[in-house]
Amino acid sequence: MGEIKLTPEGNMAVSKEWENWMGGIAAQNKLVSPGMRLGNEGRTVKPGNVVTNGPYAEIKEIIGGLSIFRAESIEEATEMAKSCPILNVGGNVEVRDIIQMNG
Amino acid sequence: MQEKELIPQLYRTEFRKIAAVLCRSLGIEHISIAEDIVGDTFLLAAETWGLKGVPQNPAAWLYTVAKNKAKDLLKRNSIFSQKVSPELKDYGREGYETDIDLSVQNIRDSQLQMMFAICHPDLPAEAQIGLSLRILCGFSIDEIADAFLTNKETINKRLYRAKERLKQVKAKIELPPESEIAKRIENVLTTLYLLFNEGYYSSSTNTVLRQDLCLEAMRLTHMLTENKSTDEPSVNALLALMCFHASRFEARVDSKGELILYHEQDISLWNNELIKRGEYYMNRAATGYSLSKYHVEAAIAYWHTIVNNDTEKWEKILSLYNQLLMIEYSPIAALNRTYALSKVNGKEQAIAEAEKLNLGGNHLYHALLGELYSSVDNQRAIQHLEKALKLSRSVADKKVILNKIKKLRQ
Repeated sequence: MGEIKLTPEGNMAVSKEWENWMGGIAAQNKLVSPGMRLGNEGRTVKPGNVVTNGPYAEIKEIIGGLSIFRAESIEEATEMAKSCPILNVGGNVEVRDIIQMNG
Repeated sequence: MQEKELIPQLYRTEFRKIAAVLCRSLGIEHISIAEDIVGDTFLLAAETWGLKGVPQNPAAWLYTVAKNKAKDLLKRNSIFSQKVSPELKDYGREGYETDIDLSVQNIRDSQLQMMFAICHPDLPAEAQIGLSLRILCGFSIDEIADAFLTNKETINKRLYRAKERLKQVKAKIELPPESEIAKRIENVLTTLYLLFNEGYYSSSTNTVLRQDLCLEAMRLTHMLTENKSTDEPSVNALLALMCFHASRFEARVDSKGELILYHEQDISLWNNELIKRGEYYMNRAATGYSLSKYHVEAAIAYWHTIVNNDTEKWEKILSLYNQLLMIEYSPIAALNRTYALSKVNGKEQAIAEAEKLNLGGNHLYHALLGELYSSVDNQRAIQHLEKALKLSRSVADKKVILNKIKKLRQ
């Protein structure tokens, strides 16, 4: 899919949706970090110190953001992901657990 | 003024000033002695003024007597050799200046420094508040016991342990260095907010005392705004928050001491002066780069001073609670957020979100669901309110809940 273009009103509405979604998770005391939204510009560094413009040029999808929730299982986390506003504008949500690194 | 009224009044305003200066002069190890000196000074005033009449300048009389008592002590005791000689070595001073400086500036500085010493992160919150009330606010042990709804022995023990702890951690009576001051201010603000809430939410029936606690918390917070190194945006935000809450003090409780809910309050009893002051401090807080939870709470409190049921107001409040929860979770914020959600998106959605909150053991949770289910499913509303009644531990809250159940049964 291509870039998600939104009108200013659309932007405001989406912002509100995001805030409500995050707020709802936070109200359950399951928000570890609202995380961040990632920009569309950037760089890719490959082995041999090769640097190219833009993120992941070969992949059609781009990671728009990252948030960290707390859940008892991947199933619960997946349920929480189902109300993510990105789904309303053609996006996907990847749900993965965080691997704790000890020591 | 009658000598009988004068001394208690002076006690309230001057005890803390003299105590702060003496604590600083004598050191953290001798807080109790500092307290005793001030106490003795007032005792002497009570004895002497009754016989010889009230002096021309009562406060100055107190200062002079306290000063002399402290100087005598310093000269006589081993305090001199323990505390002063090492300092003489450090600073290479010629003679020790036994002068106790009770100038306006030094009083102000000493109180600020004592605030940081007392609101020490290594002290439990109760101890910080207790000691603040004693030293920074000049409350008597009886008054502190009343505020905490406990007895003198408990308070005396608590204060004793607090002072011992301060000695143990070698708390310094000074403003923290620049590298630490932001974090330490956070600690102080937590304590001041707790102190304010003691007054605001207290179950004590002593209204005057409760109002005093709020005012003292506000006075101490205000002191922080008067010093450049402690005049942070978060401090101003907390002060704004306190002003907004305090503006409703008269309207919150009726003559029988019963709680009047926000939407049932007589708005003419709201203190507009305090609301204006809150707005003033909110403006002062609108600088810097960080948004503290106090900023968000102050904004929420500000919106509660606007009386209407417009969607705009509740959308703003919902948005603010979302932000507050993202900064820091608390069950109260979660419940209030859900209430705001019901005002914006309707009760059905709010009920759905409420049931995910996992706060079934909290009486306020059931009170909220009682409210949300009203007119939607009155049976369930009553069920929740009865649960709330069982879980609630405050007489005032129980009355409010009972009233709601009665109304639903009509």
